Amino acid sequence: MTLASLEQTQIAVRDMVREEWGHVLASLVGQLRDFALAEDVLQDALVAALEHWPRDGVPTRPRAWLLQTARRKAIDKLRRAANFRSKRAELTILHELDRQTRQDNVDDTIADERLRLIFTCCHPALAEATRVALTLRTLGGLTTEEIARAFLLPEPTMAQRLTRAKRKIKAAGIPYTVPEPDQWAARLGSVLSVIYLIFNEGYSAFSGDAPTRADLCQEAIRLGRILTRLVPTEPEAAGLLALMLLHDSRREARNGPKGDLITLEQQERSRWNRDLIDAGTRLLDDALAQGDPGPYQIQAAISALHAQAQSFAATDWSEITLLYNELYALQPSPVVSLNAAVALSYAQGAEAVLPMLSTLERQGALDSYQPFHAAHADILRRADRKPAAANAYRRAIALTTNMAEKRFLEGRLNSMLH
Amino acid sequence: MKYMCIIYGDEAKQPQPGTPEMGQLMEDYMAFTKDIQEKGVMIAGDPLQPVATATTVRVRGSKTETTDGPFAETKEQLGGYYILECKDLDEALAYAARIPTAAFGSVEVRPIMVFD
Repeated sequence: MTLASLEQTQIAVRDMVREEWGHVLASLVGQLRDFALAEDVLQDALVAALEHWPRDGVPTRPRAWLLQTARRKAIDKLRRAANFRSKRAELTILHELDRQTRQDNVDDTIADERLRLIFTCCHPALAEATRVALTLRTLGGLTTEEIARAFLLPEPTMAQRLTRAKRKIKAAGIPYTVPEPDQWAARLGSVLSVIYLIFNEGYSAFSGDAPTRADLCQEAIRLGRILTRLVPTEPEAAGLLALMLLHDSRREARNGPKGDLITLEQQERSRWNRDLIDAGTRLLDDALAQGDPGPYQIQAAISALHAQAQSFAATDWSEITLLYNELYALQPSPVVSLNAAVALSYAQGAEAVLPMLSTLERQGALDSYQPFHAAHADILRRADRKPAAANAYRRAIALTTNMAEKRFLEGRLNSMLH
Repeated sequence: MKYMCIIYGDEAKQPQPGTPEMGQLMEDYMAFTKDIQEKGVMIAGDPLQPVATATTVRVRGSKTETTDGPFAETKEQLGGYYILECKDLDEALAYAARIPTAAFGSVEVRPIMVFD
């Protein structure tokens, strides 16, 4: 084999590895019941693949090949382990599986294993940041280095977080199971919120200086797709995927040439990605047809109304206000009230919502919430309350960490002072 | 796996001895304990005397220091424990949520270390 084609094969192998990682790992964790061991032996199997495949060709069923190789590595490791006696039962199972794999189709069982693994990674007994990292590592197949880079953390910090998580899963007995019916809704909620957190981490970091973070949006969408395939009868899973696709359709348009933030009002709507809008809207319609609306479906419906509007002025703000009120009924939070007020300000004028915003301000829950002050400032500006608007802009700026957004708000503040 | 459910509550705010609320709490505890005994889940469990009865001992060098009071002054005090045999954390958490004090205090769930 020539050097060039060897390199080509290696690239193909690497891509495939990325794709197969989550599948094979899920299966291994399910069989070995040991996160760290599963990851170790899969890593070993990948090294073997990088050695054999370029030389002997990629096997017809790469997933089964990886799974079997990893399993054999596990058998070797367990055999060598000092506590051999206590591992004997596991070894018997592994040998049995090893015989079976030669005939059966592994894909169906893996789908079940992946679902279990998602619930394990998103278990509420793990800290939220850990759930996010673990999901990206095990189901997304991202390397520790990639995750660390995406969350702007040093690699050793992220590696330690992942190691601790795997240790806790094992020591605390966090199960690899699909939750019982009485816990299903709450636990699915945790899975959905982890995926949405990943998406938002990428979406809020739109600025050009952190391009890797935009990949988090793609990763979240990929995880959302996996989840909708695994739980096709859960309209909220479809609702979340629809919401992410609809948001993502505006990604290009919200990025200015200098990495500046372009608000919805000023976005060039022809730059919105129609394919994503269509895909998101179709998914949402199917989800809503199941007659069990939830917070993600409602938010997706709001996003879809924006996507359908020919212009900012032509947006159906009354319908959006109604949807926010519906969302508030399910999720009574001051953030939802704020969004409802903003929508209403476009339906009935900025003046009309000033009392609502004063109430929210008095309640104080949003005191250090940057978007509150940014929205408050904008509504005061539109109501022509310049000094009050300037104050709100100053508070918003003080809470803004994103440079592009800071520049935008400073520009607005300046126009309030002249 | 064995789990210890460590029960914390604010002694000043929880039901006081001699009140009907305390009577209800005791009944709830008895019902819960009976249920987990019958299911074979309970290995051990006891309530503790109030924190005012606590004494803390520290040995530094060859000197034993004995002080009145708990190891640390906290808002919620250790009031009792259960040791349960469960198949995994989910099962342990489900039982922990049924411990009557969980409704107003907190229950910490910790796996018991196994040496193999």
